[in-house]
Amino acid sequence: MATFDYAPAPESRAVVDLQPSYGLFIGGEFVDGSGEAFKTINPATEETLAEVAEASADDVDRAVKAARAAYRGVWGRMSGADRGKYLFRIARIMQERSRELAVLETLDNGKPIKESRDVDVPLAAAHFFYHAGWADKLGYAALGPDPRPLGVVGQVIPWNFPLLMLAWKIAPALACGNTVVLKPAETTPLTALLFAQICQQADLPPGVINIVTGAGATGQAIVDHPGIDKIAFTGSTRVGKMIAREIAGTRKRATLELGGKAANIVFDDAPLDQTIEGIVNGIFFNQGQVCCAGSRLLVQESIADDVERRLKRRLATLRVGDPMDKNTDVGAINSRRQLDRITELSAAGEAEGAIRWDTDCPLPKNGFWFRPTVFTGVSQSHRIAQEEIFGPVLSVLTFRTPAEAVAKANNTPYGLSAGVWTEKGSRILWMADQLRAGVVWANTFNQFDPTSPFGGYKESGYGREGGRHGLEAYVRTGGAA
Amino acid sequence: MSVPDTVVGTRLDPAVDATPDPLARARDLLGVSRLSDTALTRWLHALPGVDQVGAEARAASLGTRSIKAASKAWAIDLAISMIDLTTLEGADTPGKVRGLAARALNPDPADPSTPSPAAVCVYGDMVPFAREVLQGSTVRIAAVATAFPSGRASMPVKLADTRDAVANGADEIDMVIDRGAFLAGHYRQVFDQIVAVKEACRRPDGTSARLKVIMETGELVTYDNVRRASWLSMLAGGDFIKTSTGKISPAATLPVTLIMLEAVRDWREATGQQLGVKPAGGIRTSKDAIKFLVAVNEVAGPDWLDNHWFRFGASSLLGDLILQRQRLAIGAYSGADYVPDDSPGIY
Repeated sequence: MATFDYAPAPESRAVVDLQPSYGLFIGGEFVDGSGEAFKTINPATEETLAEVAEASADDVDRAVKAARAAYRGVWGRMSGADRGKYLFRIARIMQERSRELAVLETLDNGKPIKESRDVDVPLAAAHFFYHAGWADKLGYAALGPDPRPLGVVGQVIPWNFPLLMLAWKIAPALACGNTVVLKPAETTPLTALLFAQICQQADLPPGVINIVTGAGATGQAIVDHPGIDKIAFTGSTRVGKMIAREIAGTRKRATLELGGKAANIVFDDAPLDQTIEGIVNGIFFNQGQVCCAGSRLLVQESIADDVERRLKRRLATLRVGDPMDKNTDVGAINSRRQLDRITELSAAGEAEGAIRWDTDCPLPKNGFWFRPTVFTGVSQSHRIAQEEIFGPVLSVLTFRTPAEAVAKANNTPYGLSAGVWTEKGSRILWMADQLRAGVVWANTFNQFDPTSPFGGYKESGYGREGGRHGLEAYVRTGGAA
Repeated sequence: MSVPDTVVGTRLDPAVDATPDPLARARDLLGVSRLSDTALTRWLHALPGVDQVGAEARAASLGTRSIKAASKAWAIDLAISMIDLTTLEGADTPGKVRGLAARALNPDPADPSTPSPAAVCVYGDMVPFAREVLQGSTVRIAAVATAFPSGRASMPVKLADTRDAVANGADEIDMVIDRGAFLAGHYRQVFDQIVAVKEACRRPDGTSARLKVIMETGELVTYDNVRRASWLSMLAGGDFIKTSTGKISPAATLPVTLIMLEAVRDWREATGQQLGVKPAGGIRTSKDAIKFLVAVNEVAGPDWLDNHWFRFGASSLLGDLILQRQRLAIGAYSGADYVPDDSPGIY
């Protein structure tokens, strides 16, 4: 061995007890769905992991009724302190079963085990711990007079962080006294179903959490159901707009967390080595399938060549492959459909004249894979600078002055997140003030914490998740009906 | 932005003259006619800053690499071969130094395939005793000099200390920089001292002992200082940049070593010259050593995975590496009594 070859270090999948088929979780029990069962596959190998029931409109109706009964009978009238106990219990069980959750998440999603183990699962548990603490303190959260639950909440979540998005949705809803009907994405339902088992293990009263699996039609049934008081959705801007249209004129409230095209802005006085790490983490974390990914790198022209050279050198050390290997940095794309979209948009980038570069690393034969890719010479009018690619593809643009950086960063229909890299504190504050983005990271990127609100400007949606602000989405106050 | 013709592991601008005169080279690199404190300050303070949180996060993420099986066996042997087996105590005796040297020649009597450490590292007056045992072997003799560990002595004393060690047969000299001068911003003074010690490393036959420059990063405190001291030491002609004396805590942390690996990587890109890195102090377990090797591999690159370019300054690390090596060979832990120890505690 002439070089340092890291031998494969695969995580064992024995810890996961995969069943051949899964039903819906309604009223505290697993029941058959009346729709046509569908398969969920491992995107890294294309092997079928399990069959999952599809919830029809009737099934969704049953779930909403169960949630309403639980809301009226138990959860809505339970004291905050008691709700908090359940949330603490769920959080602890998630920690105890963290390896199982991490392995299952990686199998179903394709993300590296390193990330599900170190990011997704611990953060999901942290969200339950955090909101457990709020459950009996809502009156002191400055939400307004007499904060009360909304009732039954319909939640539709995406496939990029299946368990974490579930936690972002369910933890505040339960803490505020609501009951839930949640639909995980059709390509990644398994950790939500394992979470349903955790709810059973925690003796959560039946009907407080209902998990209905299925695709768009199931989500539509939730949005359309008259018994739902509020919709919380994370996903594409296209679907988010559809939901907003559907519920217009109804009593339903909504929070929408949609797409993004974040600018990661690098000034010439940035701490370069850490900036390179931040750029990599910004766009290649979770294969770039992150709504707040730093997909547009705006770099000051005077250091652009140096940054590009250092970035490419760093990318050459990324390890792409088996997500179950503990040394893998970049895993599989979640689905064929997503891979096709990334492929199509990258081809468009090339056709429009941007210069394409990738790491040229070997890729596994089966499964859905896309090499970490960098486009240079990108201009604002290119599709790859405007549209959300949702993949490991970075578009590099340059700027000359802070004002130009702000203008280019804001020149997008989205406004979810942004990053600023500079050693000058005053500039960080000025930039944060100017950028129309829900989150601005300074000298870091893609950092999440349950105490910090997250959400978008413009077409990135509305409402906040996490922190004290996130509670507002799940309570009504004062005289509001 | 143009696509650069050099991407990975290649040398950027080999134009800098590799003249033996460090002062001329420094003026050339800085583009100044006089190497003043001001010129050095301008140059060192223009290096990109280090974000502490980001640097520590990167080090932590390198520490999560999982090294198994054949790779682990290879890494353990590499780590053994990179050790500067060290004893630097007031209580050192010829007997102890001879014992240490014998251990370097034959680190595991039960398994002659075990590689030898790169060097033994002792005080200058102990060099002759190490030499008795090591003469003719591949194991080098390194000596600490320049009023180690504090460096608080006048230049003539430091230079005499160095010349004495070289005359006694030291192959390598581990000097300390004047941290006081560095922290006071007297960069030219630090530069001149390194240049002078390097000159004192020269033997009558024209060859030179290799010079390791100890920055004592625990006293420099900030990562920005570590980066600046690294570049200053490289500019002045050090062959190695070394973290610590082992007498100050914290000593060789992974983030500090990461900053130094970035420095030698970027120095090679800027000048074409490859220099070595030596973390010393506080690295005691195989697990730690492997984390450092992962950092070498991924930050500086595989070119540095060689004991000519990377060393561990350590006394107890060898024992744990031997223990792990035996475990890989026989599938079970043997125990401390199966690893010879020539430097047990005496108190």
